[in-house]
Amino acid sequence: MHPAASVIIFTTLSGLGFGLLAWLGIDATPPTGWGAFGYFFIGFSFAVGGLMASTFHLGHPERAWRAFSQWKTSWLSREGICAVAALIVMGLYAAALVFFARHYVILGWIGTVLSLGTVFTTSMIYGQLKTIPRWNTPMTSVLYMTFAITGGALLSGKVAIACVLFFVAGLVQILWWKQGDSAFAERGTDLGTATGLGDRGTVRSMAHPHTSPNYLMREFVHVIGRKHAQKLRVISLILMAVLPVLLLMLPFHHIFAIAAVASHIAGVAVSRWLFFAEAEHVVGLYYGMR
Amino acid sequence: MTELPQSTERKLGLVIDLDTCVGCHACVISCKGWNTENYGAPLSDQRPYGEEPMGTFLNRVHSYEVQAPGQAAQTVHFPKSCLHCETAPCVTVCPTGASYKRAEDGIVLVNESSCIGCGLCAWACPYGARELDQAEGVMKKCTLCVDRIYNENLPEVDRVPSCVRTCPAGARHFGDFADPDSNVSKLTAERGGMDLMPELGTAPVNKYLPPRPKDSWDNEESILAPFLAPIAEEPKGFLGWLDKALEKI
Ligand code: SF4
Ligand code: SF4
Ligand code: SF4
Repeated sequence: MHPAASVIIFTTLSGLGFGLLAWLGIDATPPTGWGAFGYFFIGFSFAVGGLMASTFHLGHPERAWRAFSQWKTSWLSREGICAVAALIVMGLYAAALVFFARHYVILGWIGTVLSLGTVFTTSMIYGQLKTIPRWNTPMTSVLYMTFAITGGALLSGKVAIACVLFFVAGLVQILWWKQGDSAFAERGTDLGTATGLGDRGTVRSMAHPHTSPNYLMREFVHVIGRKHAQKLRVISLILMAVLPVLLLMLPFHHIFAIAAVASHIAGVAVSRWLFFAEAEHVVGLYYGMR
Repeated sequence: MTELPQSTERKLGLVIDLDTCVGCHACVISCKGWNTENYGAPLSDQRPYGEEPMGTFLNRVHSYEVQAPGQAAQTVHFPKSCLHCETAPCVTVCPTGASYKRAEDGIVLVNESSCIGCGLCAWACPYGARELDQAEGVMKKCTLCVDRIYNENLPEVDRVPSCVRTCPAGARHFGDFADPDSNVSKLTAERGGMDLMPELGTAPVNKYLPPRPKDSWDNEESILAPFLAPIAEEPKGFLGWLDKALEKI
């Protein structure tokens, strides 16, 4: 799959933002006043910024409101609804804390459920696609949820919990990669089943329909990205989990905390880049590629 | 609405005969011609005379080579357009309701004025049958020429999809798969019509007829063969002398 910057920014930032909001929602002793404003500002700007980035790749962003209508079948529609509901509920919860120093526990819990629901629906947009075997597993939802909860713990300053979660996130990521590497072969789809000619012998693509690449090839076949995949996986793990743990174990200083956050975000972004670049769509088979 | 109909009254679709298709791409051109002037946004081209030209096509013809072990390779031309799947994954993922499958005839369509161009339906289609038009920013796909097949302004002979009307080889057939006596149902039954990627559970309506087995010359001899036996096994006379002389050199 073509790793479009807009989707990578969207999934990275909005995951972190909703993860932070989820932690703030269940906090028994949440910050109030300016302290609360700081946390919620970060949460909202990541969540909303991510959502805005995701509209950049739309052909007709002005019609985006229509995307709320098909929640019965469409995970993308469900995500839109969940995200808006989470932002409204969390907005009310935050306003009460910031301006009135009031803590509405129920509102916070509802906001947390909706925030995590948003991350889950995002993961299902990818996880539901049978055409991309690497994504088509419940593990994709586990991966997205773990990342959001881990990043949220880090941003909300829950250092001890975050350190445990870095370990969990790294493990989930490794498992997801391992499962993904054999997913295409296990699906059993090849040029033989794609053309129906497989039982007659080996099928080979002899000529593409046109002499230059088309929309499908640009969108779904991204072979160059996989060359350095193994190295990037290691870099991603180090930035996402190892470096933040080391930085947080140092004596506390704001610089170290900011560096830990920056490193984690960079690591998640690299992981998301790989998420797309390494994903192989079955349509590539028709072009003799993967 | 993006909920799929439980069943459709008719199942209109195509049978594509891989035995007959000669890979002339006439269906590609006639499809582009008809659909750029009729239903919905035109099918745009980018840099048509420049480097790496690109454009939107609803029908594309691939060419493959199939080779069984120890046998000669065979070329198979392979036209591909939307298969109007019964459990179309492209429809259910659409967030806006722009994509839908019609209950009356099973045609899968895009309502372009609702489409936000998110591209998710193209991600969900295994066959590469949907292309996002780069100029209009909306999703384009085969409409089964819905604006021809019911069009009473056209002579009856033209009320079939443009590709079917055009194909010079008679490799494309249009009809109703829900009717067991239709031309397409019969062809599918007779020739063992196949589904593409059946393992993905899309239940395509369009069927592909496999190439027929090729003739072989094994154990077959022409009745003229005895008369064609070589006459002079060993060259004689002048040729014989020449042959020997040349061998000595
Ligand atoms: S071929 Fe692709 S676009 Fe057409 S109905 Fe099937 S999944 Fe949808
Ligand atoms: S590109 Fe258009 S038709 Fe396709 S899923 Fe998005 S809104 Fe629906
Ligand atoms: S017009 Fe007919 S013969 Fe020519 S490529 Fe299309 S299906 Fe094949």
